[in-house]
Amino acid sequence: MKITDKTMNEKISEEHLIVFREVKKVYGEGYSLIEALRGINLDIDKGEFVAIMGPSGSGKSTCMNILGCLDTPTAGTYMFKGIEVGRLLRNQLALLRRHYQGFVFQGYNLLNRTTALENIELPLIYRGIPVHKRRELAMEALEMVGLKGWESHTPGELSGGQQQRVAIARAIVTEPEVLLADEPTGNLDSERSVEIMELLLSLNSNRGITIIMITHEQDMADYAKRIIRFRDGMVASDEQSRGKE
Amino acid sequence: MLWNTILISLRAIKRNAMRSFLTMLGIVIGVGAVITMVTIGGGATIQVQEQIASMGSNLLMVSPGKRLGPGQSSDSVPFKQNDAEAIAAVVSSIDAVAPVSSRSVQAVSGNQNWSTQVTGSDNQYFRITNRSIVSGRKFSESELNSGSAVCVIGETVRKKLFGGQEIIGEKIRLEKISCDVIGLLEEKGQSTMGTDQDDIVIIPLRAFQRRIAGKLDVGMIQVSVQSGASTDKAKKDIEQLMRERRHLSSSDDDNFSVMDMKEISKMLTGTTQLLTALLSAVAAVSLLVGGIGIMNIMLVSVTERTREIGIRLAIGALEREVLMQFLVEAVVLSSLGGIIGIVLALCASIWLAAIMKVPFVFNGLIVCVSFLFSALVGVIFGYFPALKAARLDPIEALRHE
Repeated sequence: MKITDKTMNEKISEEHLIVFREVKKVYGEGYSLIEALRGINLDIDKGEFVAIMGPSGSGKSTCMNILGCLDTPTAGTYMFKGIEVGRLLRNQLALLRRHYQGFVFQGYNLLNRTTALENIELPLIYRGIPVHKRRELAMEALEMVGLKGWESHTPGELSGGQQQRVAIARAIVTEPEVLLADEPTGNLDSERSVEIMELLLSLNSNRGITIIMITHEQDMADYAKRIIRFRDGMVASDEQSRGKE
Repeated sequence: MLWNTILISLRAIKRNAMRSFLTMLGIVIGVGAVITMVTIGGGATIQVQEQIASMGSNLLMVSPGKRLGPGQSSDSVPFKQNDAEAIAAVVSSIDAVAPVSSRSVQAVSGNQNWSTQVTGSDNQYFRITNRSIVSGRKFSESELNSGSAVCVIGETVRKKLFGGQEIIGEKIRLEKISCDVIGLLEEKGQSTMGTDQDDIVIIPLRAFQRRIAGKLDVGMIQVSVQSGASTDKAKKDIEQLMRERRHLSSSDDDNFSVMDMKEISKMLTGTTQLLTALLSAVAAVSLLVGGIGIMNIMLVSVTERTREIGIRLAIGALEREVLMQFLVEAVVLSSLGGIIGIVLALCASIWLAAIMKVPFVFNGLIVCVSFLFSALVGVIFGYFPALKAARLDPIEALRHE
């Protein structure tokens, strides 16, 4: 489960949900060349709750984008469910995102002037789920994040914490295998942050959803059972945490 | 899925109601103008045809000079009354022949005066031009032979000179002669050429020749052919007869012309149709401009909604789904413009038809074509912005402010 440089030549196991082998990401070229990731090795299993930490510019967001199939590695291998993501076409990446992943973006990224319920329904539309079923699932997700009664409010009418919960509901409404969250508590006060973390924790333990989350705050990272620290595009440390019960 | 996309695009259009309306305006005006032009043009063409039909399709006009209308060649020898008599006597299958001369004359009655068209002819004229007398009577045989100062007048002349009064037995002065009014023509309205057919005074030909024209010429001869008989044959016979009477050798060109109503009708409807086509073409340019307007706004919309597109792509929308969304939005926008244009055009056409006094003729074909064309404009001008949206990089798009 734990990955060190020594294990890099291990046979890539299909048992792991996520496998990173020497993943590199380079932006630009020549003098403006930036190495965002300089050889990342990672294995993440189904059901884990992982926090990724690190100073800004350490490559954690780039790593998250690759994990979320929004971006592909420049070099190295990223296997998701045994599929080599780097070889997929744009539309195939979209299908992976659609069917297996839920992404909670930094800064919510909800559709403006669209109700909470419709925002949550959005990924279901692309899954081609019929309208009544869609409504039902979206309402369930909304209840799960504790926003029952707020379904017809637009993001502008919701508080930051509520918007983040809508974003989480949108990410989990499809019952994804992995929930990727990029600083889910970044814009929230500590009280709201705790609420969100409790929500993620319960999704992890009750629903068995694998959660990978970026955070700056140790308090939040402590909710996870494993903390991976990034520095200069490399994994600096990867250790188990007691987690909060 | 498509229905969903349409609903999404309708919502997007509603969100920017004002901007969407302004975008549609180009299409609205384009479609509206084209349909209005074609409808009014069609009405005018039908009106021309109807009026010509009301004049009688079996009418022939024999006039000196090569062609009917202005610019008659100076060497055109005028007709005399006996030319008309000859036609009636020689050519078979003729229904009626009327020698006609006219001139614009100042008509005076009491202290009213009115410039009108004075026509000298005989009773056959009423038959040929399909006009009947609503009150009073036609000319008597003796009045025609002696060229008495009597006249039959049109409704316009009656209104201008007498107001609404009874006019039989009243007197009208035409230049040096004073005429008794003996009859009133049935009202007929405007003619194809836009002249008022009721602005007319008819007097016996002989009276016109002696007292108004001062010579025995006849301006033209109107002939109606018996119904069922061939106008072409009658036309050829008249041409033959006139060539003989005018002593033209076989190498000479005709110095007169015989026109039938088919020719006149073709000439007039041709003009109307050409004018309609021209105006519609000009109007169609505005459809093109409208299309560019849609492209412009769709490009703005794509830029403005980059974040939304990013979210959709990140959530798992395929390129073609985003493409579809924006394409459908453009098509919905332009078709909506088309529908509004059609409704406005039909209202405008009904209204214009009423003031221009042409019949309103609903042209289903042009409505369908305009609608399809407006949708097509949406597809063509919406495709590029939609493609731009679909090709966005989700990460870049999400970062976009």
